[in-house]
Amino acid sequence: MPFIPHTEEDVKSMLDTIGVDSIEDLFDEISDELRAEGLTKVPEGVSEMELSRIMHERAQQDSRTLCFAGAGAYEHHIPAAVWEITTRGEFYSAYTPYQAEASQGTLQLLYEYQTMMASLTGMDISNASLYDGASALAEAVLMAVRANRKSKSKRIFMPRTVHPAYRKVAHNIVKGQGITLEELDFDMDGGFIDPESLPKDPGDFTALVIPQPNYFGVLEDIDALTNWAHEHKALVIAVVNPTSLALLKAPGSWGDKGADITCGEGQPLGAPLSSGGPYFGFMACRQAYVRQMPGRIIGRTVDLDGKQGFALTLQAREQHIRRSKATSNICTNQGLLVTAATIYMSLVGPDGLSKVANACHNNTVDLIDKLEATGKAKRLFNRPLFHESVMQFELPTDQLMDAMSAKRILPGVDISEDYPELGNVMLVCATETKTDADLQMYADLVIDITKNS
Amino acid sequence: MLIFEQSRNGRVNTAQQPAGTKAVSDIPAEFLRNDKPLLPEVSEMQAVRHYTRLSTKNFSIDTHFYPLGSCTMKYNPRGCNSLSMLPGFLNRHPDSPVNMSQGFLSCMYDLQEILKDVTGMKEVSLSPMAGAQGEFAGVAMIRAYHDAQNGGKGDPERTEILVPDAAHGTNPATATMCNFKVREIPTNSDGDVDIDALKQAVGPQTAGIMLTNPSTLGVFERKIKEIADIVHKAGGLLYYDGANLNAILGKVKPGDMGFDVIHMNLHKTFSTPHGGGGPGAGPVGVSERLIPYLPVPMVTKVSDEYQVITEKDNPNSIGRLSAFMGNAGVLLRAYIYARLLGRDGMQRVAEYATLNANYMMKKLEAAGFELAFPNRKATHEFIVTLKKQAKELNVNAMDFAKRLLDYGFHAPTTYFPLLVPECFLIEPTETEAQDALDGFIEAMIAIQKEAETDAEKVKGAPYTLPVRRLDDVKAAKELDLTWKQQQA
Repeated sequence: MPFIPHTEEDVKSMLDTIGVDSIEDLFDEISDELRAEGLTKVPEGVSEMELSRIMHERAQQDSRTLCFAGAGAYEHHIPAAVWEITTRGEFYSAYTPYQAEASQGTLQLLYEYQTMMASLTGMDISNASLYDGASALAEAVLMAVRANRKSKSKRIFMPRTVHPAYRKVAHNIVKGQGITLEELDFDMDGGFIDPESLPKDPGDFTALVIPQPNYFGVLEDIDALTNWAHEHKALVIAVVNPTSLALLKAPGSWGDKGADITCGEGQPLGAPLSSGGPYFGFMACRQAYVRQMPGRIIGRTVDLDGKQGFALTLQAREQHIRRSKATSNICTNQGLLVTAATIYMSLVGPDGLSKVANACHNNTVDLIDKLEATGKAKRLFNRPLFHESVMQFELPTDQLMDAMSAKRILPGVDISEDYPELGNVMLVCATETKTDADLQMYADLVIDITKNS
Repeated sequence: MLIFEQSRNGRVNTAQQPAGTKAVSDIPAEFLRNDKPLLPEVSEMQAVRHYTRLSTKNFSIDTHFYPLGSCTMKYNPRGCNSLSMLPGFLNRHPDSPVNMSQGFLSCMYDLQEILKDVTGMKEVSLSPMAGAQGEFAGVAMIRAYHDAQNGGKGDPERTEILVPDAAHGTNPATATMCNFKVREIPTNSDGDVDIDALKQAVGPQTAGIMLTNPSTLGVFERKIKEIADIVHKAGGLLYYDGANLNAILGKVKPGDMGFDVIHMNLHKTFSTPHGGGGPGAGPVGVSERLIPYLPVPMVTKVSDEYQVITEKDNPNSIGRLSAFMGNAGVLLRAYIYARLLGRDGMQRVAEYATLNANYMMKKLEAAGFELAFPNRKATHEFIVTLKKQAKELNVNAMDFAKRLLDYGFHAPTTYFPLLVPECFLIEPTETEAQDALDGFIEAMIAIQKEAETDAEKVKGAPYTLPVRRLDDVKAAKELDLTWKQQQA
């Protein structure tokens, strides 16, 4: 029996102890009409050896690709040590550290993670993770409504330069609570929110969301946007890429007073692309809002002998204590991914993360140059960017996608469905994993495909 | 020692850096960072040693019996991990077109089919990222359903969700997130929902009820059909919290009990890793009438090609709850686990989980421990109450829990469910051998003896772990949530 250790003799002696004749007798409180007739669609069990063959074949179908897509999921080098340590059973098969004394490994790691994320974002504190970047933004919106007590309108300004899936997820999660997300449109030349275009008299609003870099890879005018929100007594929610923070100004330093809440997708810090998950959402904020923070928070304290130790803290915010009045319903979060991220950040260090950020930017700029040199593509927005760019191709994007994907190359993400006004465009990305030869091959293929179409 | 205390300014790991990187020159200074973030500057070996050492300070399933009630801490097969981490799966970008995704999508499609079969629900969406998000999806679907009644005019009177007082905290928290009022239903002394109280509570304001069966009290809700009828007659829907699905896997299908929507915790029942607090996966299954509202994306098969269903295909969907397709890598592990078990193995899960729980329950009772529901059979878990020990010996459930750690056992869930005083919720799971169960029982007996003869010893536990009992009050009052450089 897979993963069940009982011998026939064990079963007999255990049933004797219980005082029943068979295992079936243990289910006699369940009425017959509720008993299932058996499973029909679940296949017969197979051994690990047989299944290994099946899974290798399936994985093979999706293998050996070259990826120029980003759009919220980025291919980075992950040091071998990251997942070798992360999948140690002591991390992999433990649970939420409810028994602190028996979970000091996970707890100390999370405290270190909180320290790293607070510093990276320029915020005072960080929680121990949320599900992913999109749901973290939803939680940040809910948190802003709780934190900004002076604002009664529950209006949130949400630029259209925020990842479309993030906006949808935020809407789906917060709409039940009477919160409205009002879109701000972007400048068609720069692909950013032009501070000049902001409403002069916006009325009461609770928070402004500022993405940096934004979905198009473009850098927003963070200082002006932050100051505008603060002038109107609204909070600033920063949505940032953690890799970029080794290069770009931390949200804590935006404008005169800095952002109030920072969130984002943690995947670039050591999580593989893995079809979109598991990743982890991060969230950091100013000290003043710590009691409005959702999710687990770890604190350092002392034990009976005065020795340093770590424990879950501020649990009165959470669902298992507060029930219907909790800050969020989140319970299980993304602990293992945070383990990977903490080890990743320790292995690359501040210098390494900065090198990664610089290399991503430079490769993307090189890719843009090579694509523009073909004469078959041009960069759409003229503003500074981080490691992505919206490219307009001579060929329809679906043709380009079909031809490139037939060669196992993912040329980018077609974003025309979410931004029909941009026309024939693809969001492209080249991280530090790409070589000059990779970039040149992309450009050469664009020429070939355009010629042969 | 913290990793930061091993850091030295200027120590660099060149093996983990892209070679020959030029500094960015084309981004204006106003956008740039000018301070160095506080990340450790340690060698690769220092990092590896530090985190390897930290790992050894954890209890885990791989190292200890971990009978944490309601969490289903069963063995996480290593094969599930290694096969889900094949390069073809790890390197697939979530926005890959279907012609680069057939391997992954086929696994997701097959998993949907497997979950439909074991739950008896009509359709399944895999996308929720944990149990609590599955709950959110479920309650949001209940809201969407009521909003679509009366020819689309909706049923605005339905403002209440009923939740038994024994429910997980996530249930009422979720109902609140979906803007429902929560009304608690009491439990009777046998652990079943109080039917009279339920009858009085339902009405035109009832949107639905959230139930866990077996309940968090470790007993099967015997009147489930009656509850379903009462709620359905009042126009409400039934939500099944799948936290305890391990107890009935393959034996009873929630769809047959009358539930309209359910979530599963794959990190429990399908043995994906708990990871020190996630990632989980909380797929939802629904009955016929809720199919249009399922969260996207989902996977379908159109003449031998696996395709992705989005908002465009399902305009009435409650939409997406994650940027991509939820915790895909967790779903892969669950799929691999389901294939290894197969249809017979799946039923044996419930059988042996139940056998282990009843065995422990009987032996603990025989050793003098008081059961919360002595007249009931255990399901996959059961409750011991230590209220007598607390009253007579001044040794409470927390003290027992901490002392168990010294004996090499992770403590059961303590002080939950809230309605049983000084409780231990004990869930051994099917993967534990009789020896481990006996070891735990012997430890409980030994601690009981210590409590009778030397209560202070138990109250001072643990003694053999990396730290002794921690000061939680100080942790909350003198918040220290990040390490500061000057503390070095």
